[in-house]
This record gives sequence, structure tokens and C-alpha cells, in this order.
Amino acid sequence: MNDYPDFLKYHYEVERYDFTRAGEASSAIKARLKKLGLDTHLVRRIAIASYESEINIIIHSYGGTLTLYISADKIMIIAKDSGPGIDDIEMAMKEGYTTASDAAREYGFGAGMGLPNIKRYCDQLEIESSKGQSTTITMTFAIKDMEDEIK
Amino acid sequence: MKLLEIKEILDCECIAGEEYLNEYEVEHAFGCDLMSDALAFSSHNTLLITGLTNPQVIRTAEMLDIAAIVFVRGKKPDENTIELANKYHKILLSTREILYTSCGILYKSGLKGVTIDE
Repeated sequence: MNDYPDFLKYHYEVERYDFTRAGEASSAIKARLKKLGLDTHLVRRIAIASYESEINIIIHSYGGTLTLYISADKIMIIAKDSGPGIDDIEMAMKEGYTTASDAAREYGFGAGMGLPNIKRYCDQLEIESSKGQSTTITMTFAIKDMEDEIK
Repeated sequence: MKLLEIKEILDCECIAGEEYLNEYEVEHAFGCDLMSDALAFSSHNTLLITGLTNPQVIRTAEMLDIAAIVFVRGKKPDENTIELANKYHKILLSTREILYTSCGILYKSGLKGVTIDE
């Protein structure tokens, strides 16, 4: 069942610790949005936020999904994992704060920039999480007229 | 600045995308080993200069619409990374210079850094 009937819906699985395939879901999302002929700056913003949330699922969670929703005036990506939850969301939003493993750092991640970068590129961001629970991150992007977007 | 020019200035070996060297141009550059840092900017037509050679560098470049990457200190990526670069039509160059010197040489040649989105 589609939770948002006015939206087209696409689903992508993301596995825990799967660094070699990290980014495949976001690449697929980006390719899909490009085909729609959306503004390239908007597509780039969505791709970056999607990629950061995908990396977060790989580094920090037991695994999860990215779901892309497309409507006439907005794009929404919901990143949902199966736990273990964020202890302190306020701290996680601070640049440089990280609980990532050394493995994540070897791939160039785990610098404490994930959520701050996501916030930077979204028009609206909602984070639902608590210790021991799953985390759901809802990222919304408005589709404006082309002239509103800078390049 | 044309990628062909960058290849010559840094005396690079071209590892992927040789056919685009005369076609692709960049307006600014960003040097780092942290992909999370690279993802903090979103300007296109950017050159990425890095010492990191795993496939995530290509994924990061793909998300950011970065067309070319210079690997420093003589580093070369493995087959998987090169394959991914070919898939996304990226140029991969490798220079013997260190990150600091590579950036310095390019800056002196007129290639400025990116502006971070606030």
C-alpha cells in the first residue's frame, strides 16, 4: 500500500556494512530524477542528501531502506532503518560529532558531517528516533520554478 | 581550465576517461580525503583532488556531478574503482605530487577553490 497516494513510490534496500555497494541506491534515485528533467542543482541536492542517509544506514544501523516519493510539487525521501536508534539527536546534528567505526573512516566517512549535510540540502527534515528503536529520516525537497534554483 | 591542461601541469598519468580530456573543463577545485567534507559543497564543474582511491570516491563524485578526480602521491585506484569511473564517464588522473603541492600548483595556475554553501 502506498502511504502517500498522490506520490509515485520507489523502494531501495540498504544493507548494513555493505561499503562496496554504498551509493547504489542513491545513484539509482539520481538517475530516476534526472530522467524527469528536474533542475540539475535540485537533483544534486537530493542526491547528496540521499547518499548521506544511505551511508548512515550502512555505518550506523542494522540495515534499512530508502523510499523515494515523487509528486508534482515535491520530492520526498524516507530513510528508515531497523535500529539501534540515535542516543542523542541534538549531538548527532552537530558538525564533527560522530560514533562511526574506523572502517567507515577508511572509506572517507564518519567525520560527523552526515546529518548536518542532509539538513543543509533539504527544504524540510524530520528525524524520528530514540535509543533501542528504529530511525526514520524524512527529507522533503520542493520543486520550484527553474529560475528559483541557482544553476 | 581544461582537464588536458591539468594533466600536463601536474604531469599526470590518465587512468580513466582519456577521451574526455580535451572536452571536460572545471571552474574550481576541492582537495580532501574526507568524502563527507566534499559532500558539504554542491557546486558543479569541480575538480576533486584526493589521496583516497576506493569506489566511494567515484560515488561521491557522481552525486556531486564532479567530472574529474586527481589522485595524489602516485596513488592509483583498483579495478573496481576504475570500472565504476568508466560507467559514470569520469576522468581519473594520478600525479606524483602530494596533496598540498598539487593544490598549490593548480591554484597558482588560476584554478580557485569552491565556495561552500551556507
